[in-house]
Amino acid sequence: MPSSAAHWEHYEHGADIGVRGYGVSEPEAFEQAGLALTAVIADPAAVLPREMVATQCEAPDHELLLAEWLNALVYEMATRKMLFSRFLVRIDGTRLDAQAWGEKVDLARHHPAVEVKGATYTTLRVAQDHGTWVAQTVVDV
Amino acid sequence: MDLNLLKRRSDYQWEIAQHGAMRVPAVIYASEVLMREMDHKVYEQAVNVAMLPGIVHASYAMPDAHWGYGFPIGGVAAFDPQAGGVVSAGGVGFDISCGVRCLHTGLNRDDIIKVQAELANMLYYCVPAGVGSTGTIRLNEHEMDEMLAGGAKWAVERGWGVAEDLERVEEHGQMQHAKPGNVSSQAKKRQRDEMGTLGSGNHYLEVQEVTAVFDEKIAAVFGLKQGDIVVMIHCGSRGLGHQIGTEFLKRMAIAAAQHGVTLPDRELACAPILSDVGQDYLGAMRSAINCALANRQILTDLVRKVFREILPQARLPLLYDVSHNTCKVEQHRVDGGMRDLYVHRKGATRAFGPGHPDIPESLRAAGQPVLIGGSMGTGSYVLAGTKQSEALAFSSACHGAGRAMSRHQAMRTWKGRQVVDDLARRGILIKSPSMRGIAEEAPDAYKNVSAVVDAADAAGLARKVARVEPLICIKG
Repeated sequence: MPSSAAHWEHYEHGADIGVRGYGVSEPEAFEQAGLALTAVIADPAAVLPREMVATQCEAPDHELLLAEWLNALVYEMATRKMLFSRFLVRIDGTRLDAQAWGEKVDLARHHPAVEVKGATYTTLRVAQDHGTWVAQTVVDV
Repeated sequence: MDLNLLKRRSDYQWEIAQHGAMRVPAVIYASEVLMREMDHKVYEQAVNVAMLPGIVHASYAMPDAHWGYGFPIGGVAAFDPQAGGVVSAGGVGFDISCGVRCLHTGLNRDDIIKVQAELANMLYYCVPAGVGSTGTIRLNEHEMDEMLAGGAKWAVERGWGVAEDLERVEEHGQMQHAKPGNVSSQAKKRQRDEMGTLGSGNHYLEVQEVTAVFDEKIAAVFGLKQGDIVVMIHCGSRGLGHQIGTEFLKRMAIAAAQHGVTLPDRELACAPILSDVGQDYLGAMRSAINCALANRQILTDLVRKVFREILPQARLPLLYDVSHNTCKVEQHRVDGGMRDLYVHRKGATRAFGPGHPDIPESLRAAGQPVLIGGSMGTGSYVLAGTKQSEALAFSSACHGAGRAMSRHQAMRTWKGRQVVDDLARRGILIKSPSMRGIAEEAPDAYKNVSAVVDAADAAGLARKVARVEPLICIKG
């Protein structure tokens, strides 16, 4: 169950979109950033968690790890033609293991607006602010 | 942008003096109005690019410049490999070789109006567009590598076009020195079912009418006159290019430190041109250029088939195909001599002036066609490269309107249906799988493309030739 701190938002960046997740822990902030990523494309509430996809990635620091993970999701969405609406993230040092649940893109139900090309390092930030974890970056659309 | 931070060199040329760690000055080409509206981030990013090793002359920004990642969108920078110059994945962008191609049709407005709805429906049916769309072409491993090495030339050899098309594409349709072996299996997998797809976001296919001609002489060389109908296709290297951009952004972020390159900002990730990572990227990036050229060639074939069905009298020869997210090796004048430079254009169009040997002979006297895509419903432009652009910005010009409003703001401001209806009342048919996508791409969410093009013309970067306005727009 998500904590009371868990939520996501988008923030403005000219031609592209910033995705930001908040959580009581770093993994939860990553999970919420994953939801924000889906919301760039479609309403996550309309995406049913029918199928699970596992992803793993590694990076030298936790900010690059966030970009890596979001890029892993972009890759899975692109190659499987899927959208995701539920995430479970585990971070162990520089390694991340995640499970993402979702379903195939359904044009009639999801009305997908735009493809995400990749996560950039623009405004990339993973930090704890007053006890709440924040994970954010700009994605290129 | 605070204009007090810049020195005005002329009406359309603004200099950020070399300071701090900058190796060269930065120069922005724009009118005063565009400068005042321009994001301050363009200033910061143009300054950051000027700090990179081996940069030559200046870090440039075009009139449509806006905040990008690392480099500004609308940024141009050339690097000398012999002076420790670098190549940057962020200086090219995720959508490698995104570009515009323009096809003649030999038709006029009346020809289109009679079949406008049928043509729009058929184009929408035959050209895969939008999130999750797939093409009908599946390439095996060997064919994928051949496509990545061969570009539009490969597509023509496979029957998606004619040999005459190739001379009207930059690099004669085939980017040399591509190394498909440098492209990861993930990038190739991402492309597996995306050949011949338009994509989404600001990518489009439009049937347009020439509504104004500004330079009759050049327009005649380009084969354009008022009332002509043309087709414009705006798209890039699809998933393959996005994946290469993603992978090398990370590799270069790590490699820069290993090569002793101090980055003012991590997203400027780069590597020396002569390093292994630099060479790996160039081989992969050139493969992605070929992917984009092949993709636009296949889309051209789909468009021709639709026209053959509905308007059999139409012939659709290629006017030209430009890429606006690239890094290319070009000869430019430096300190009185010619030198091979690695010219990054990110959201900027190559704009060779009259007489340049890389322009096809039939167009050479007029200068290279420069195709500028506007927003849906507002119009696009055809320009021509100028002689003076070489000295101004390594023969470069703008690439489009640039967003005036974020996607979120646009979505809050308009409903897709309302945009479709408003444009239909103006005689423009929009077809798209996503109403939300249409709202995000609403015409007024973009800057005034005319102001951008006027500034490029007045600055001498490229010469205004013709304006075109859409009658049909297929949006991804």
